[in-house]
Amino acid sequence: MRNSLIIIKKQVKDTLKNKTVLIQFILFPIMALIMENAIRIDSMPELFFTKLFSIMYIGMAPLTSVASIISEEKEKNTLRVLSMANVKPWQYLFGVGFYVWIICMIGAGVMAAVIKKEDIPFYLLVMAVGFAVSILAGACIGIFAGNQMTATSIVMPVMLVFAFSPMLAMFNENIEKVARFAYTQQLKVFMDGMSFSGIKTDNILILAVNAMLMAVLFFIAFRKKGLE
Amino acid sequence: MIRCNDVFKSFSEKTVLSGISFNIGDGEIFGLLGPSGAGKTTLIRILTGQLSFDKGYVTVFDKEVSSLLGEDKKNIGIMMDQFGVYERLSCIDNLKVFADIYKAPYDRIKSTLEEVGLKDAQNLPAVKLSKGMRARLALARVFMHSPKLIFLDEPTSGLDPQTMRQIHKIILEKKKEGCTVFLTTHNMEEAYKLCDRVALLNEGVIVENDTPERICRKYNHQKTIKLHLSSGEDVVIPHESNSSEMIGRLLSDGSIETIHSSEPTLETVFLELTGRMLEEDE
Ligand SMILES: Nc1ncnc2c1ncn2[C@@H]1O[C@H](COP(=O)(O)OP(=O)(O)O)[C@@H](O)[C@H]1O
Ligand SMILES: [Mg+2]
Repeated sequence: MRNSLIIIKKQVKDTLKNKTVLIQFILFPIMALIMENAIRIDSMPELFFTKLFSIMYIGMAPLTSVASIISEEKEKNTLRVLSMANVKPWQYLFGVGFYVWIICMIGAGVMAAVIKKEDIPFYLLVMAVGFAVSILAGACIGIFAGNQMTATSIVMPVMLVFAFSPMLAMFNENIEKVARFAYTQQLKVFMDGMSFSGIKTDNILILAVNAMLMAVLFFIAFRKKGLE
Repeated sequence: MIRCNDVFKSFSEKTVLSGISFNIGDGEIFGLLGPSGAGKTTLIRILTGQLSFDKGYVTVFDKEVSSLLGEDKKNIGIMMDQFGVYERLSCIDNLKVFADIYKAPYDRIKSTLEEVGLKDAQNLPAVKLSKGMRARLALARVFMHSPKLIFLDEPTSGLDPQTMRQIHKIILEKKKEGCTVFLTTHNMEEAYKLCDRVALLNEGVIVENDTPERICRKYNHQKTIKLHLSSGEDVVIPHESNSSEMIGRLLSDGSIETIHSSEPTLETVFLELTGRMLEEDE
């Protein structure tokens, strides 16, 4: 636990100096706030931009940042140095995952500024679950890739599918039929309902299958590649 | 300090280490000398518990290496051939991460940076450091928590002569402080200068293990004496009794500038033992 905190502390310092990761964290919350306040079209659903950018945020920020952090540490051999200093793999992974989760939750908190007070806990819960699944996916990629170049090339298509399919699904029913199997689409459905009562069993089931799949992939990647 | 007994290691069919045995005493600088691909890094990884092995046993601090506890590991400092520094963090912040992990006091950071000569660069992000400076930052990380046992994997490989000398000085300083040092190198001068004992490793086998002087003397088969004459000429004569008359004559002439006995270097010993040069390409 102590070692995880040390990792988090290091990560805070590093993020402040790492513009590409920093932008990932800040871009969507700011964009959501601006668009929501600046653009008003009568026929537009309530909180259209906030919901859209929230889902994109889930599909992009944690995924890319976790994958890039882990693959960079592998590539630059800092992960090996940490392990020689007796930092255990789970302490490291927990530190990185928890750190990214916290930062993303802060971003979600910013976006929540325009949401009705009574809806905020539900919104944050949906975001929290989404971030967790994305972090697992990012960790899979980071562990599997081993260097930043490979990580980026795997992250790209994965991220596009998860971040953009909910948006495309809004405009095309055929895409919606496929996109519903992505956790981000299910989270979008939750967010549109904005209440527990709107959640059906199959929504939960798809989300759970997504989460389990990520967890299984994560363990396979970890078993096969480890943190070396 | 370290006992290594009949260790074998292979990576999928390919045997990298076969039957490695040696002991390292407290306070010794032990050098593992061998060409690239000999298995030096593999052996360090085994001795530091990063890699499992197929056969034999290894003890460090009189404990089986796989059973070393966190507390034992705090007494070990390791620098692998890849330095592994956080590029965006400053030297100080790089060391802070490890000061936190080892619970070393923060004032050790500055004194260690001073020790390795990085005081002026302490606030620079590591990405701005030269290769030699990075090596010294990695060394600072090794020393910061005052380990008793230090592993250095080719600490001076690819560095300029000045940084090399600096690093040698630091290593000798650590010996004075009572540290035991295990280092690998393919530079025989370095091994000769630094090490109390040297093991020559070739293709996973230790072919010789002794003090550098004794190794060189042992292989001094073709003993010769080299004379540099005042005429500028070099003369090499056999080191035997019937050469004495010639040397005596030249000496009384006053025509000898310098006399050298030509002992083999570790390099030539290595060549003789293995038929290969230390720095030759794969
Ligand atoms: N993880 C590994 N998998 C397969 N082969 C390896 C691995 N690590 C090292 N080797 C092989 O072991 C041999 C010795 O490598 P190494 O210990 O790095 O040599 P050195 O450090 O002396 O240059 C090399 O032929 C290398 O290809
Ligand atoms: Mg090596």
